[in-house]
Amino acid sequence: MTYPLPDLLPALPEILVLTLACVILVIEAFFKDAKAAYVLTLLTLLGAAGVTAFTGGEMSVHTFNGMFVDDAMGDVLKLMTYLAAITAVVYSRGYLAERGIFKGEYFALVLFAVLGMMVMISASHLLTLYLGLELLSLSLYAMVALHRESQAAVEAAMKYFVLGALASGLLLYGMSMLYGLTGTLDLAQISAALREGVSSPVVLAFGLVFVVAGLGFKLGNAPFHMWVPDVYHGAPTAVTLFIGTAPKLAAFAFAMRLLVDGLEPAHGDWQQMLAVMAVLSMAIGNLAAIMQTNIKRMLAYSTISHMGFLLLGILAGTFAGYSAAMFYAIAYVLMSLGGFGMVVYLSRAGYEAENLDDYKGLNSRSPWLAAVMGILMFSMAGIPPFVGFYAKLTILQSLVGAGLVWLAVLAVLFSLIGAFYYLRVIKLMYFDAPHSTGAVAAEAGDARMLLSLNGLAVLLLGLAPQPLMALCANAMQLSLQ
Amino acid sequence: MNFADVVFFLFAAILLLAGLRVITARNPVHAALWLVLAFFTAAGLWMLLEAEFLAITLVLVYVGAVMVLFIFVVMMLDINLEELRQGFWDFLPLAALVAGLMIVEMVMVLGKETFGLVAPLAKPENYSNTKELGRLLYTDYVYPFELASVILLVAIVAAIALTLRRRPGLKAVDPAWQVKQSREGRVRLVNLKPQKPEYKSEEEDE
Amino acid sequence: MELLQTFEQMLGPAWVPVWTLVKILAIVLPLMGCVAYLTLAERKIIGWMQVRMGPNRVGYGWLQPIADAVKLMFKEIIIPSGANKALFFLGPVLSIMPALAAWAVIPFTDTLVLANVDAGLLYVMAITSLGVYGVVVAGWASNSKYAFLGALRSSAQIVSYEIAMGFALVGVLMSAQSLNLVEIVEAQKGGFWQWYWLPLFPMFLVYLISGVAETNRAPFDVAEGESEIVAGFHIEYSGMAFAVFFLAEYANMILIAALTSIMFLGGWLSPFPGIPDGFIWLAAKMSFVLFLFLWFRATFPRYRYDQIMRLGWKVFIPVTLVWLVLEGAFMQTPLGYLFH
Repeated sequence: MTYPLPDLLPALPEILVLTLACVILVIEAFFKDAKAAYVLTLLTLLGAAGVTAFTGGEMSVHTFNGMFVDDAMGDVLKLMTYLAAITAVVYSRGYLAERGIFKGEYFALVLFAVLGMMVMISASHLLTLYLGLELLSLSLYAMVALHRESQAAVEAAMKYFVLGALASGLLLYGMSMLYGLTGTLDLAQISAALREGVSSPVVLAFGLVFVVAGLGFKLGNAPFHMWVPDVYHGAPTAVTLFIGTAPKLAAFAFAMRLLVDGLEPAHGDWQQMLAVMAVLSMAIGNLAAIMQTNIKRMLAYSTISHMGFLLLGILAGTFAGYSAAMFYAIAYVLMSLGGFGMVVYLSRAGYEAENLDDYKGLNSRSPWLAAVMGILMFSMAGIPPFVGFYAKLTILQSLVGAGLVWLAVLAVLFSLIGAFYYLRVIKLMYFDAPHSTGAVAAEAGDARMLLSLNGLAVLLLGLAPQPLMALCANAMQLSLQ
Repeated sequence: MNFADVVFFLFAAILLLAGLRVITARNPVHAALWLVLAFFTAAGLWMLLEAEFLAITLVLVYVGAVMVLFIFVVMMLDINLEELRQGFWDFLPLAALVAGLMIVEMVMVLGKETFGLVAPLAKPENYSNTKELGRLLYTDYVYPFELASVILLVAIVAAIALTLRRRPGLKAVDPAWQVKQSREGRVRLVNLKPQKPEYKSEEEDE
Repeated sequence: MELLQTFEQMLGPAWVPVWTLVKILAIVLPLMGCVAYLTLAERKIIGWMQVRMGPNRVGYGWLQPIADAVKLMFKEIIIPSGANKALFFLGPVLSIMPALAAWAVIPFTDTLVLANVDAGLLYVMAITSLGVYGVVVAGWASNSKYAFLGALRSSAQIVSYEIAMGFALVGVLMSAQSLNLVEIVEAQKGGFWQWYWLPLFPMFLVYLISGVAETNRAPFDVAEGESEIVAGFHIEYSGMAFAVFFLAEYANMILIAALTSIMFLGGWLSPFPGIPDGFIWLAAKMSFVLFLFLWFRATFPRYRYDQIMRLGWKVFIPVTLVWLVLEGAFMQTPLGYLFH
C-alpha cells in the first residue's frame, strides 16, 4: 500500500521552524549554550521569512487534504509575525539575561509559539485552527511562568492557564455545535453548508455564541478581558512584550478564518455580538486605563480597547473593513512592540521600569528615548501624522461605508477619552522632574537601534501609509476572492 | 434482547455504579480505583461498538499509565476528602440542574430530529478498525496529528523547564562516569620492600 | 470430534460459554503446572550455578513444588490491623488476573489459539499494563511502610519500562505489518536468520531486559528488595494470598518468555527449513528465555533505584526511538527487505 505524499512545499516555513525549534532543544540539552540558541532563533525566523516570501504567491494553495491554506493574507501576516518575534527577541535579550531566564528553553518556546501562530494563520479547518491556538497558548503559559522566582509571574501564569483553558472549552463547544450542524470541520464546506441553509438556526446561534466568546477570550475583548491586565502585569516584561504583539496578528487571522472564511453566511448573527464586544472593550479599556499607575497595566487596558477597535473593522463585514482591520492589526503590533520594548529596555537587573512615575522627566535623562516613546504614545492615541491615526481612520471609513455610523461615532468618542492617558505619559516625560537624575544605562546597542527604528517606522508609516495599506488591501483581495 | 444487549446493560450498570462511587467514595484511593473500573467498563462498551482500537487504547493509556500515576500521587498525598467535600450538598441543586440539562441535550442530540444522526451500518467481516484509523491518521489527518504531537512536545518541554531545578552541591554520582571507571584509575599496586620486623624474635623473648 | 458434536447438541445455547471455559481451563491448568515446575527449575539451576544441590529431599526434589503448594494452602492468611481489608484481598486478584488474561491471544501454533484477534499485540500490551495495580493496591492496602515503598518503586518502574517495551513492539509490528500475533509469527518464516531478533536486535535486547524489569525480577527486583525493604509490596501477605502473588510473578515470566519467542524468535517456527514446525519449538524457545531469566538472577547484583530509572528513560527509550527511525527509513529504500 502506498499513499501519495501531500504537497509539503506550502508548509515549508512551518516545517523549518519546527525542525529548528527541536534543534534548539537539543542544543540546550547537550551544550547548554543559550547564546547559540538566541542566534539560531533569530536565524530561524529570518530563514522562515525568506522561505515564506519565496513560496508565497498570488494564488491560494491548499494542502494536507485541505487543512492548510497558503494565501496572500497568510503570507503577509506571517511575515509580520516573524518581524514582531525577531524584534521582541532582540529587545528582551538583556532583560532575560539579568533575570536568569536567558535559556534555550525560552527560545524554543518562542519558536513553538511562532509555529502555533503560523498554523493559526494558515488554517482552513477547525481542527488546525484549534490545534494552532492550543500550541500558541501552551507555549505562552509556560513562558509566563518561566521566571519562577517571581510570585507575580507564577500567579499570572496560573490565571492565564485556567482562563485560557476555559476559553478553549467554550471554543471547542461552539465548534462541536457547528460540526453537528454542518457535518464538516472544513471552513469552506461549513460556509457552503450554511449558505444552503441549516436545519436549526437555534443551534447555529448557540454555536456562534460559544465560538465568539472563545474568540473574545483569546483576543482579550471585554467582557472576557479579565485576564489581560493581570497577565500583562504579572508576566516578566519580556514575555508581556511577546504576548502583546505577535499573537495579536494570529488572533486577527483566527477571527478572519473562523468568521469570514467559515461563518460568512451567518454574518448578520455575529455582527451583533462583535458590536457589543467592541463597544464594551473600547469603553472598559479606555476608562480603566486612565486609573492605572502601572504602565504595563495601562498598556494592557489599552490593548483591550485596541482589540475592540480591531473588531469594528471585522464586523463591518465589507472588504474595506477586513483590509482596514488587517492594517490596524499590523500597525498596532508595531506600536505595541515599541511601547513594551521601551519598558523592557528601561528595566534593569532588580528594577522594573513599570510604574508611570518611572517615566517622569525621561526627557532630561535621555531625550532620544523620550522622543521615541513620545512618537509611540502619539501614535497609539491616534494623533496624526502617525500610523495609529491612519489605522483608526481606515476603520472608521469602513464603518461609515457599511452604514454603521453610530458605531463610528462611539469609536471616535472613546478614542478621545483614550488619548488622555497616552498624553499623560508624554506630560510625565517632558514636564515633570525625574526621580533619579542619572542617565539611562546605555547598554544593548542593538536593542536601542532597533527601538529607534521601530519609532521611526511608526512615524514613516504614518507619513506614507499608502504602501502598507495597499499591501493589506491586495492581500485581502487575493485571499477572499 | 440478545446477548450483546445483556452485556451492554451489565456494563452500563457497572459504569454508572463506578462513576457514582468515584464521587461518593470517602477515601481518595478508593475513588481513583473506582475510576479505573469506570474506564475499564467504558472500554468494554466501546468494544461492543466494535471500536476495538479505541477500547484497547483507553485501557492502555488511561488505565495502564495515567491512572497509575494518578494513584501514585493520591497515595502519597494525605488528602482529607471530608474537607474537600464541604459544601457538597450546597452545590447539589446546581449540579443536578447542570446534569439534567446535559441529559436533555444528549437526548436532543441522539434523538434523530435535531442532528439527523442514524446508526452506522454494520462493517464487513474483514474490516479492521485499527488499520482504518491508522490510515486516516497518517494520510488525511497527518497535519493535525503532527500538530497534536508538537503540542505534547511543548507540554513536556514546559513541564521540565518549569520544574527542573539544578541544585548545586548534589552528591548523586553519574552512573555513566561510574561505569567508565577502570581498575587502572582506582587501584595502585605499590611494590613494598620486605622489611625486618622490629619486634624481638621469639627466641630472645624466652 | 463426534463426541464434541453430541455435547454441542446436548447443551444448546449454553455450549459457547461452556466450550470457551473448557478451553480456558486447558490453558490455565498446564500453565499452573509450568509455574510450579519453573520454581523447581529456578531453585535447581541457581543451585547448580552456585555449586550446591538445590531441593533434593521430597521425591528426590521432584515433589518439592507440590509440597510447597500444600504448605501454602494450609497456612493462615494474616490480615494486618489497620489494613484495608477489601483492597488487601483485591491486590493478589488484580495481580493474577492480567497474568492469566493475556494468554487468551497467545498462539501456540498457527491453529492452536484461544482467540485469534486482529489487535492481539495491542491487547497484550493493554492487559500486561494492568499488572501494576496488583502491586500498588497490595502495597497501599497493607498499611505498612515497607509494602508502601515497594508499591511506589514498582509503579514507577513498571510505567517507565512499559514505554520502552511498547516502542520495541512498534518495531515488530512495523516489520510484520500486522498486530495479529499469528501473522507476526508467519511473517518470520524462513528460518533462523529471518526471525526478528536479527534485524531488530536492539529492540530484542530492550524488550527482553524490559521484560525482566516488568516482572520485577532480579536484577530489577527493587519492589521486593528483600535486603532493603524486606519483601516489598507483599511483606504482609501469607498463605494462599502470598501464593497468588507468587503464581502471578511466574505466570508473567512465562508470558514474557512466550511473547519474546513469538515476537523475536519465530514462535513455533523451526530454525532451519526442512525441519517441521510445531509447538515443541515454541516450548524450546520459551525454556531458553526462562533460563535467561534465572541466569540473570544468579549473576547480577540488584540495580540501584536511580540507575533503573536512568536505564529505562535515558538508554532504552532513545535506543528504541533511534532504531524505529532507522527501520522506517530503511523500509523506504530497496534494502527494506532486510526488515521484513
